[in-house]
Amino acid sequence: MTNFREIAWQGLWKNNPGLVQLLGLCPLLAVTATITNALGLGLATLLVLIGSNVLVSLVRDFVPKEIRIPVFVMIIAALVTAVQLLINAYAYGLYLSLGIFLPLIVTNCVIIGRAEAFASRNSLISSAFDGLMMGLGFTSVLVVLGTVRELLGQGTLFYGAEQLLGPWAESLTIQVWQVDTPFLLAMLPPGAFIAMGLLIALKNVIDRKLAERQPKIETATVTRARITKVN
Amino acid sequence: MAFKIASSPHVSRNLHTATVMQRVILCLLPGLVVQCVFFGWGTLIQVMLAIAVALGSEAAVMKLRRRNPAAALGDNSAMLTAVLLGVAIPPLAPWWLIVIGTVFAIVIVKQLYGGLGHNLFNPAMAAYVLLLISYPVQMTSWVAPSTVAQQAPDLLASLQAIFGSLASSELKLYSLGIDGVSMATPLDTLKTDLALGLTSSESLSKPIFDGSTGVGWFWVNLAYLAGGLVLLKLKAIRWQISTGILVALFVCASVGWMLGPDNHASPLLHLFSGATMLAAFFIATDPVTAATSNRGRFLFGALIGMLVYFIRTFGGYPDAFAFAVLLANLCAPFIDYYVRPRTYGHRAGS
Repeated sequence: MTNFREIAWQGLWKNNPGLVQLLGLCPLLAVTATITNALGLGLATLLVLIGSNVLVSLVRDFVPKEIRIPVFVMIIAALVTAVQLLINAYAYGLYLSLGIFLPLIVTNCVIIGRAEAFASRNSLISSAFDGLMMGLGFTSVLVVLGTVRELLGQGTLFYGAEQLLGPWAESLTIQVWQVDTPFLLAMLPPGAFIAMGLLIALKNVIDRKLAERQPKIETATVTRARITKVN
Repeated sequence: MAFKIASSPHVSRNLHTATVMQRVILCLLPGLVVQCVFFGWGTLIQVMLAIAVALGSEAAVMKLRRRNPAAALGDNSAMLTAVLLGVAIPPLAPWWLIVIGTVFAIVIVKQLYGGLGHNLFNPAMAAYVLLLISYPVQMTSWVAPSTVAQQAPDLLASLQAIFGSLASSELKLYSLGIDGVSMATPLDTLKTDLALGLTSSESLSKPIFDGSTGVGWFWVNLAYLAGGLVLLKLKAIRWQISTGILVALFVCASVGWMLGPDNHASPLLHLFSGATMLAAFFIATDPVTAATSNRGRFLFGALIGMLVYFIRTFGGYPDAFAFAVLLANLCAPFIDYYVRPRTYGHRAGS
């Protein structure tokens, strides 16, 4: 399967890991209080996802079927450790604010799910592309959720962006409106659940509108030539 | 000649949802009046604002769902939710608090689940919890009862406080003038004092108490109790839930009181403080979110009573009815599954 357009459509929209497969809900709900955190975790997941898909695709012919899951997990764990060390070295503030959710990428179901469902059955190039698209799909959901929650919660955008992107990004922070009393619910996990539910609902609405707009395919209907009267 | 064929039950009363809800609202009035007497016009303004917002958002959602808004507004359930939320939040809370709460109650908790009869949680209490965890400062600042405050807020001052043109220093006048106990409910005061190492009798000698219960709160609870008894008489609510709550709360409080009278609130204080009577007769008795069999209803009530006692005594919040009602709402299907009425002609449990 090397249909790149189909892979991109699956990863970004139709089979989006966040909105449709509902994988990786734990980091999705826990760290999306600000865009910066969401983007940081999204990018880390994206990196790990591409790396693990590439490696799994490379070794797929040499791993015995019976022990494939432990092997995949070890590959993912090694990659997560590398990404964790990278973030620790170059974005220490973000490293602190992501906390336990960074090493927990190992257990993120998106990654093991794509390794098992896609990379272990497909060629190197399409696996890497699938990792990129699934990662982008996941990251975009994280960022949208982070935007909504940050805006509702403290009325800012890109608060603390310098932790992720370096000192120049400090000017990126936008105060959209002044909030005297932060709306704590939006920043707490229950708010994430509610916002997530509304996002999924929104996606379903868009899907339905799209389906309505598509021209209906005429199916051949069987017309009966003779109607037998029963009574 | 046509025979009218009707299924059982054959004797029924023609009691519509709208009538029941209307009676519940009417029976709330004595409590509302007493609350206004002790805490000023604020409560009335909050209730009015809540009703306006509730009806508006209910109509808007029904329009969005392409249903008839008049039918939904006519069943009075949105109005009841609004009144309950209005009397539950602090009288001088800023206007946006009640607006956010009411919109959340109607749009998210009630209509997104499918409207009246389909909601899992009590809308008023879910909104109360939303406000409590989102805005803890505003939600725990009650006005002091008019009999002990330095200055009671009149209508104009209440309006100014709610719609935001009154400085917080002026607002302080309406609380107790003595520093340290400003703007806390009796339950809150007692909880803080016990944590500070005072005995409960020392705490009860403060001006916000009149010896055994909180000033004003006793009468507010008594008024809700009276309204609740009228509701029971009208058979608009089931006695099992209210009894379950009060009995469980009383038993738990008595045990705690006997074991350690110095660091526990008395059963009387538990029964006539905070939202006890309001919740026991008007909030927990919501037929949609409660258990549905008679024994189940009693268990449902008892669960709420127990939870309230334990959260009030050992939890972080001074009052606990909103949390207790929501937790019991979660348990209602579970209770219904295990507590089934015996079908006539069958043995119990078969």
